[in-house]
This record gives sequence, C-alpha cells and structure tokens, in this order.
Amino acid sequence: MKGKSVFQRMAAMPHIVWMIMFIVAPMLFVLYFAFTDTEGNFSFANITSLSEYSNVFILSIAFALIATVVCLVIGYPLAYFMAKSSPRMQKILMVLIMLPMWCNLLIRTYALMALLDNGGLINSFLESIGADKWHIVGSDFGVILGMVYDFLPYMVLPIFTVMSKLDKRYIEAAADLGCSSLQTMTKVIMPLSVSGVISGITMVFVPSISTFYISQKLGAGKIDLIGDTIERLFQNTSTYNIGAAISLIMMILIIVSVAIMNRFSDDDGGIII
Amino acid sequence: MKKEVIINLTDVSKAFDGELVLDHINLQIHDKEFVTLLGPSGCGKTTTLRIIGGFESPDTGDVEFNGKSVKNVPPHQRPVNTVFQKYALFPHLNVFENVAFGLRLKKLPEEEIRAKVKEMLALVNLKGFERRRTSTLSGGQQQRVAIARALVNQPEVLLLDEPLGALDLKLRKDMQNELKKIQQTTGITFIYVTHDQEEALSMSDTVVVMANGQIQQIGSPTDIYNEPENAFVADFIGESNIVDGFMLADYKVRFSGHTFECVDKGFDKNQPVDVVVRPEDVDVVPVEKGMLEGTVTSVTFKGVHYEIIVDIGGFKWMIQTTDFVAEGEHIGIYIEPDAIHIMNKSEFSDMFGDYSSFSDELDLLSDPTEPGDEEDDAE
Amino acid sequence: MKKFLSTGYIFLIFALLYAPILVLIIFSFNESGSLSEFSGFSFVWYKELFADEEALTSLKNSLILAVCSSLAATVIATFAALGLHHMRGKFVKGAIKSVTNIPMMNPDIVTGVSMMLLFVAVAGIIKANNFMGFGTMLIAHTTFNLPYVLLSVTPRFNQLDKSLSEAAQDLGCTPARAFFSVELPEIVPGIISGLMLGFTMSLDDFVISHFVSSPNFQTLPLYVYNQTVHNVKFSMYALCALIVAIILIILLAVNFTGSVSNKSRKKRNKGVA
Repeated sequence: MKGKSVFQRMAAMPHIVWMIMFIVAPMLFVLYFAFTDTEGNFSFANITSLSEYSNVFILSIAFALIATVVCLVIGYPLAYFMAKSSPRMQKILMVLIMLPMWCNLLIRTYALMALLDNGGLINSFLESIGADKWHIVGSDFGVILGMVYDFLPYMVLPIFTVMSKLDKRYIEAAADLGCSSLQTMTKVIMPLSVSGVISGITMVFVPSISTFYISQKLGAGKIDLIGDTIERLFQNTSTYNIGAAISLIMMILIIVSVAIMNRFSDDDGGIII
Repeated sequence: MKKEVIINLTDVSKAFDGELVLDHINLQIHDKEFVTLLGPSGCGKTTTLRIIGGFESPDTGDVEFNGKSVKNVPPHQRPVNTVFQKYALFPHLNVFENVAFGLRLKKLPEEEIRAKVKEMLALVNLKGFERRRTSTLSGGQQQRVAIARALVNQPEVLLLDEPLGALDLKLRKDMQNELKKIQQTTGITFIYVTHDQEEALSMSDTVVVMANGQIQQIGSPTDIYNEPENAFVADFIGESNIVDGFMLADYKVRFSGHTFECVDKGFDKNQPVDVVVRPEDVDVVPVEKGMLEGTVTSVTFKGVHYEIIVDIGGFKWMIQTTDFVAEGEHIGIYIEPDAIHIMNKSEFSDMFGDYSSFSDELDLLSDPTEPGDEEDDAE
Repeated sequence: MKKFLSTGYIFLIFALLYAPILVLIIFSFNESGSLSEFSGFSFVWYKELFADEEALTSLKNSLILAVCSSLAATVIATFAALGLHHMRGKFVKGAIKSVTNIPMMNPDIVTGVSMMLLFVAVAGIIKANNFMGFGTMLIAHTTFNLPYVLLSVTPRFNQLDKSLSEAAQDLGCTPARAFFSVELPEIVPGIISGLMLGFTMSLDDFVISHFVSSPNFQTLPLYVYNQTVHNVKFSMYALCALIVAIILIILLAVNFTGSVSNKSRKKRNKGVA
C-alpha cells in the first residue's frame, strides 16, 4: 500500500503513551527508590543491605523450585494421560482443570485451609479418633503444598495443550520406525512437548517465588518469603526504598531465569489462559 | 482498426527495498482488448497490474487512464476492478453480499442491486448460490464469485491477477474459455497476469512478455510465437532450439556448420545472430538427405508425437516427430526456410535453447506454477 | 491395564484437586459453623453474606472496575494492534511489544509495588491525600490487561488477508471504510475474547489491587483478603462456593454450548452442499 493513512499511523499512539506513563515510569520509580535513601539522596545503602535478606531469597527460591519440580512430576503424566483420553473426556477434563484456575487464588488457598488447618477437617477427624494433630499449617511442607495445589493447573494446561495438538502420525511414525512405547515417549513426545513444559514451569515458578498470601496463610506467619518481605516493607513509607531494592532484584532474577528458559523453547510455546 | 488507448504507462519504474522490480517500462493498453502480461516469477507483471489498480505507486513515470494522469487517484476512485490472486472474498459475507458489495457502496436502490447481482451470477453460472457462505464453495466457484464481484461494477478495465492459478488443470481450461467468452460479451478491457504461456496464447488479443522488470515483446499470440524478438521470448513461449549463427547475406544464414536458406533480411553481413528453430518444424530424414546429421540420445513418447533429443555437433536439439526413431540411431535433419527465425543477439543469448540438460522432471521442478510467489514479500 | 492406570491417575489427581473445594462447598451449608462435624443443612451463612453491605459493595466495585478496565484496555490495544500491523520498523515494533509484555512477565507483586511507587510519587508532587482509589485501580487494571488483550487481537491482524482491504478499496471503499467494513468483522472475535479475558483478569486480580487500592474502594478479592486474614469466617465459605458455582456454569456454557452450535452449523452446511 502506498502512503499509510494518518489513522493507521497514529493508531498505536495512545498505547505507546499509556505504556510510557504506566509501565516504563513505574519501573523507573522502582529504580529511583532502590538507589535513594528516604531523603531522596542517591545511595547504594539499600543494595548493600540486601545481604540481610539473603536467607529469605534462598528460602524463596528453594520453595519455588521444589514446588515447580513437584508440579512438573505430577502434572506431566496427568497432561499426557489427559491428552490420550477421548475427545469428549478431554473436554470435560479441560473444564475441570480450568475451574480452579479461574477461581481466585485466595479461594483456592482458603479452601485448602479448610482441609488442613488446625481446626480443619483433617485435624478434626484426627482429633475425633484420638490421634495427634498433624500440624501442616505453619510448616515448610504446608507452604510448598499450598504452592503445588494452587499452581498445578498452570503446569498441566500448557503441557496438555501442546500434547493434544501433537500430530498422532508422529507417534505412529515412531512406532513404525521401531520405537518402543517408552522410546516414543522419550524420543518423540517429550522433545515435542518442551515448549509446553517451559511455559508451565514459568507459570508455576513466577507466582510461587513472589507469593505472599500462601505463605501468610499456610505458613501461619512463621515463614517469611520474598513476597511477604516486600509486602511488609511497603506498608511503611520509611521502608519503601529497601522494598524497591528487593523488588528490583526479584524482577531481575525472574527476567533472567525466564530468558534462560525461553532459550530452550523454539517458540512461545503453550498458551496463557 | 486501431482501437483507442485506454491505459498508458510511460517510463514506469518501481523498486522494493532497493531492488528494481520495474525498469522504465512503457505500455499502452487498448480499449476492449484482452491483454495478458506474461512472464516468470519476479518479472514485474503483478507489480505492473498493482500499479494500474492503484495499490502501488510508481517511483518514476506516469499512469494515464483515457489521457488523464491517475497517479494520485486512490484505488477506490479508479474505474478499474480487480480479481485477486486468491480471490479475497469477504469471509463474513455470503455470495450475494460479496457481489453486491461495490453496488452498495454506490448506494444503488435495493431493487437494482438485486437485479444486477442476479444477472451477474447467471453470467458466471452461479444461479442459486446467493445465500451460500463463500467458505463452502469450491475453488472454481469462489473464482466465479470473485469475477462477478468485480464485473458487476461495470469497470472500464478488469484486472486479473493469476486468477486461475489455484485451480486444477481441467477446471483451468474450462475457465479460460469462460473468461474469454465473458470478455467478448461484456466488451470490457481485460488485463490478465499469468506465468502460463499456454493460457496467454489461447486467451489473449495481445500478449506482453516480461522479464527482469522489462517488457521483452508486445504482440499478438501468433507474432509472439512465430516471431520472438529474443532468446528469452523464444524459450519462454513454447519449446525452441536456439543456436548461434551469423548472417551471410539477406535470406542466407549459417549455423551448425551449414548454410541455410531463410526468410529474414536486414541484418549486417556476418552479423552474429540467434537462430530459432521450433522442435515441430524440424523434419527427420535419412542421413544422406539431411542438411545436418546427429545421433539420437533420448526418445520420449508424448502421445501425439515423439520428443527426441538429437546431438548435432555437440549441441542438443529437441525435435518432435511422428515417426519412431530409436535411441542411438544416426539421423539426418531437414529444415524448411520458413521454419528458421533469426533474432538479434540479446542479454538472453546463450542462456536458453540447448536441451543438453533437458528432462521433463527438471522442467516441472523449475516451472513456477506456485502462484503468488512473485512479489508477495514486497508490500 | 494401562488404561486403568491412566484413568486411576487422572481420577486421583482430580480428587485431590477438588477435595478442598468440595469441603468448602459442603461446609458452607453447615449450620453449626464448625469443620469438625456437619450438624445440619442450612443457608445461614449465605444469609449472613447477603446481609453484609460491604460484600455487596465490593462485588459492585469489582464489576464496575472489570467492565471499565477491560473496555479501556480493549480500545487501546485494538488500535495499538492496528498501528503495529501497519508499522514497518521491526525494532520499534519489537520494543513496543516487549514493554507491553512487562506486566505479564513480571510477578504481580512487582507490578503492584511499581505502580504504587508511581502513584505515591505523583501524589507527593501534587500534594494530594487519599490519592488511591477507583482512578488508580482503573489505571493499574487497564495496564495489566493491555498485554493480554493485545495478545488476543494481534493474531487476528496477522491472519488478515491483505488483499481483503485491497479488494474493498478496489470496489470503492476509502481505506478507513475498508477497515471498518471488511477488516473489522474479521478482527471482532479477537476483540471479544480480549475483552472477556481482560474482564476476568480484572475480576480475579488481588495482588496488584492490594497495593494501589484504598479502604474506600474495595473489590471482591480485597474484601475476601481482609475477611480471611485473621480468622475463619463461614460466610466466606459461602461466597467462595458461590463464585466456584458461577465460574463452573460459565465454563460449561462456553465449552459445551459452543461445541453444540458449531456442530449444528457444520450439519447445516453439509445439508446445503
């Protein structure tokens, strides 16, 4: 087409302006606060004081990694079996896996509490038969369980999407060429579902490492993750700066790990519902 | 009877991303004619069509409709309509609404639209398809809708961009006849773009052969076939043996170590030329009666004739003959004076006309039958 | 045997996934307000919920905010997609897309605090108190909706057959008219799915809202958070159960009525042909 109309040329302008004002500028403010003290003077103090929080960082990364691995181990076979079921069944299972996803995280976590809490169903039952209470809430295990429970659907759905689109002829061709069903799994299905796995991992890891509600509820306030730390620091004006510094580090951490992850995937992979 | 010039391109050039696609072309298109722009992928034929349609503007030169420049007239104000390569039927509209689209924009009364669309659908043999969705139609039917949609607006000129490219061979032949008939009944000027030389020869009044962004030859199908202007045209239109030769005098040409009578004159003495001999114009004769002699290296049965490749002094000739000859046989060949066509040397000399690497398979592979691969990446 | 294993696995995981939700739903009808025993079926918690002025107000707020922010994001992103579609410069295009995706890549908590810092800074400059509220919430929600809407609209633009617009112009449309009469109908499905996605994202958001809200503009997730932060409230069970039920109905409607109408359309087409 010759000369683009003014209409076409200007169409993206509102978006660009919005982006600069509400995406770029806030990021710059994070930077600004991270490198200034409460008086607004330039300072590295926030960054250097981050070492105090190294335990929190390590704990958060460990929790998020464990939760991600557990989700993958549980979710991958689930996605595979789902993809192998009949089309009608797939549809039903799709709805069943999406229902918790569409329910608010607060609801999912709260529902888990109803089951696991000290006054919850399981402990009420244990109490009634005279057994000891199982103190899941407030333990490391409880927090990781919460992450796995809340984010498992995010792992399953992208893998399932990739697998259900996988051309059945590849599997037939592999069998034709002499693959056993295990070899078909490792040599054909797994490599072809990498993109789904990558987006599944991203979609579990990022919210896990940054959560604060799960650790607040299932950790019963005893377990402090990055998310809790940031949330607490931003409740008080005097600690905005250190909070910004921690946010900055977390952002960098995640962008780097997502970038590394995407290296392994040749396309944008699954989908984000 | 010279018809009026309806479209006039003068000195038109166009480059995409620094690559010259049209190289200063001049072209006149006459009223009520069926003109075909013929050439291989990337020759600039589609760009020429898009410049006429107003979808591209030329870098240099001018485009005139009926003597008035339309360089700055946008597509929607030009008296032309286009049948697009992949039809570009509007998927959200049914057949009737697709055809009625242009009429509705002109705000014609509903009655008139109804009548015109009906008439047009009858013309393209699609009566009763009004309510169908375009996605449920076959390729040939979609093609007809596209033609009806363009024609219903009664354009002065109809542009057709490889419209039959996506159809299978049989359907293509039928549509060729039908298009020709439609052109004759409506009397609208058709400008038709194709890479299929057979299509061009069988349908057109005038063929414009293009290559490398330039017009190689303009003429009637018979002119183009019998009197190609250079080696490119000779090779692109039909099969040709193109040999180096030189003119001894008027009506006398020497090639392959033999002096031949011919019907061409007006060249300098000893001027090097390209000599074209069509495979069907060569007679196979016993060695002793032949003007040239050679060995048959391959024989292919083609139904109506045999296609044989003959090695004559190292140059491979293609000859079509109805008499069977065996591979390895030594034969003579005879060429009538009027079967010899002399052309000036050109940039295309020595690129074409030798069948030493010839095979049907290769021909198929290099045949640019993929429609739309041409200027598609250039927007 | 294999079949049995895979069905068993699917059943097990889904049972675990749904156990907490089912417990929550069942006990929302429990008269006694205890998790230790089901003393009798009753709607008492639902009555309490609907008597709660705050819950109803926050529901209304959530809906208003979701409608406004998804509409705003859809308008901006659709025009942006149009502009990007016609934009030549690969670098600028890539830059715009990457920046737009930041809120999608970033953990919500970072997006939340970054917007909070922006608003705090702006409020400081204009010396405004109580700056947070509907306005800041609308900006934040529109911003995080943008990448999702853009993601669902852009493919529609890319799938557009360029010759459609040309054909319309050839038949007498101006470029702008060609856009509205033949391109827009092709894009509308993407716009609608973007709108719906934005609407649900906005309804669902808790973390970002948490940082840019004020007590006088509370959305439903914020209300749930405030109610659940310390103690167990059975009216919250009722609310969660209601939300789960509504989402289930919507999901079933979308997934199954859609397929029915598709099938019948296919049949109709066959009938004609």
